[in-house]
Amino acid sequence: MSKRIDVKDLNVYYGKFLAVEDVSINIEAKSVTAFIGPSGCGKSTFLRTLNRMHEVIPGARVEGEVLLDGDNLYGQGVDPVTVRSQIGMVFQRPNPFPTMSIRDNVLAGVRLNNHKISKGEADALVERSLQGANLWNEVKDRLAKPGSGLSGGQQQRLCIARAIAVEPQVILMDEPCSALDPISTLAIEDLINDLKDQYTVVIVTHNMQQAARVSDRTAFFNIAGTGKPGKLIEVGDTHTIFSNPTQKATEDYVSGRFG
Amino acid sequence: MTTTSLTQSRCAGRAGDKVFSGAALAAGCLILAVLFGVALFLVVQAIPALVASPDKIQGGEGFFAYIWPIVIGTLIAAVIALVIATPVAIGVALFISHFAPRGLASGLGYVIDLLAAIPSVVYGAWGAAFLAREISPAYDWLANNMGWLPIFQGPASATGKTILTAGIVLSVMVLPIITSLSREIFLQTPKLHEEAALALGATRWEMIRMAVIPFARPGIVSAVMLGLGRALGETMAVALVLSSGALTASLIQSGNQTIAAEIALNFPEASGLKVSTLIAAGLVLFIITLGVNMIARWIISRHKEFSGAN
Repeated sequence: MSKRIDVKDLNVYYGKFLAVEDVSINIEAKSVTAFIGPSGCGKSTFLRTLNRMHEVIPGARVEGEVLLDGDNLYGQGVDPVTVRSQIGMVFQRPNPFPTMSIRDNVLAGVRLNNHKISKGEADALVERSLQGANLWNEVKDRLAKPGSGLSGGQQQRLCIARAIAVEPQVILMDEPCSALDPISTLAIEDLINDLKDQYTVVIVTHNMQQAARVSDRTAFFNIAGTGKPGKLIEVGDTHTIFSNPTQKATEDYVSGRFG
Repeated sequence: MTTTSLTQSRCAGRAGDKVFSGAALAAGCLILAVLFGVALFLVVQAIPALVASPDKIQGGEGFFAYIWPIVIGTLIAAVIALVIATPVAIGVALFISHFAPRGLASGLGYVIDLLAAIPSVVYGAWGAAFLAREISPAYDWLANNMGWLPIFQGPASATGKTILTAGIVLSVMVLPIITSLSREIFLQTPKLHEEAALALGATRWEMIRMAVIPFARPGIVSAVMLGLGRALGETMAVALVLSSGALTASLIQSGNQTIAAEIALNFPEASGLKVSTLIAAGLVLFIITLGVNMIARWIISRHKEFSGAN
């Protein structure tokens, strides 16, 4: 249930503005890949091109190829809706649907496309997904309550449960812990560790310790200055990137010396 | 030392706070006072009609027998207006907020707002002189083909000046209210929730059903209720369009009457008990509108837990 992603020579534009320039990267299946780098370096933008979510912003477009096990996401006749149902996403701020119960939130993705499932199947799926997100024990007695009544960390795990309920190939996480306290962050990090047994996980983070803790491979993005495009500087095993990077910019960033 | 610096306060800021809270309180009280004043006036003026002996009231069978057909007529006209206007308004609002290209959207929004600026007497004149004439063949068709339904029972009015025509004119009048309010609310749907739906693999329509409509539901209810308020109270358009008469089930025969039009048509020549009767009719309309608004509040509050406000 997981596929690899290979990106070849990808440029991302907002209208005429080149936001991310010439990224080529291989993301292994069943591993955690972390994107690190300073604010505005294009790592979130790049992440969103991996499931075509950047297209939500008018004028956004890409050049190049993103291959999911060899299939180009930007090929002719590829529907972004299909892409997104295979490549799930967890956002920076927890965003369960406020008008739905916890149970309905988990089932939201499954019920799309008029997909009908029986109550028994739905119950099993809800339990499986919430257990997969380490949330079942905390919410099993209040599945009919609104998801917005949970704490921030619980909401974020609910969003992860919602994402894995549709059984995607890849899960993208855009700074999933930046709005959470340290204990909730720890819970999510443990969860990421469990998820990589089944899924390909890509995580954007501001927190270098977090990247070091959770990821197998790390990609460092940087930007030359305001108005310049973001670039992928270096990618490699997390241990190598943090202890013995080949690029000076990477070393300066991971050791806390900027510029 | 510390105590003095703490007890000293910047007087200007305090005064501003006091002025503001006083002004807000006054405005709130004024609304209540006006509402209470209107209600009191209606009740006091209506009492003679309510206590008069039945044979003195128009129709000779008492106030209740006089008022209930026009209450029903009012409700029929308002319901027709809402049944037509609500789906159209929500569709137009969704088109403007989520489907139309930006240039077209603002132009269309402007045109819709312009509809609200047309005086109601113009709508009335349009309905009476144009719409009624043009629509009467459709009424004939309805009478011939759907006549087995009581609401389309023939013979259809030759002039087309029926309660259905009045309802259609009303629907055009309430359309801009419902559209512009719904549009504002659709635009306020948090990007976060729209993206959550899209990231799960929702199509645009599924995203709207999953994130936009549930978020906007209380707002849509309020918008429809505001539209209903206008439809219930609209006077000129109905008075001009409708060829009024006794209560009939058929929507395509002349007949029926609404409270507001009844008051407007009869008030100029009324005197004595007749004035009281009309004011009592106004009181009934006031109570209906109040009831409708309370029901709307109740509908909204029922979903409070899931509104996202917490």
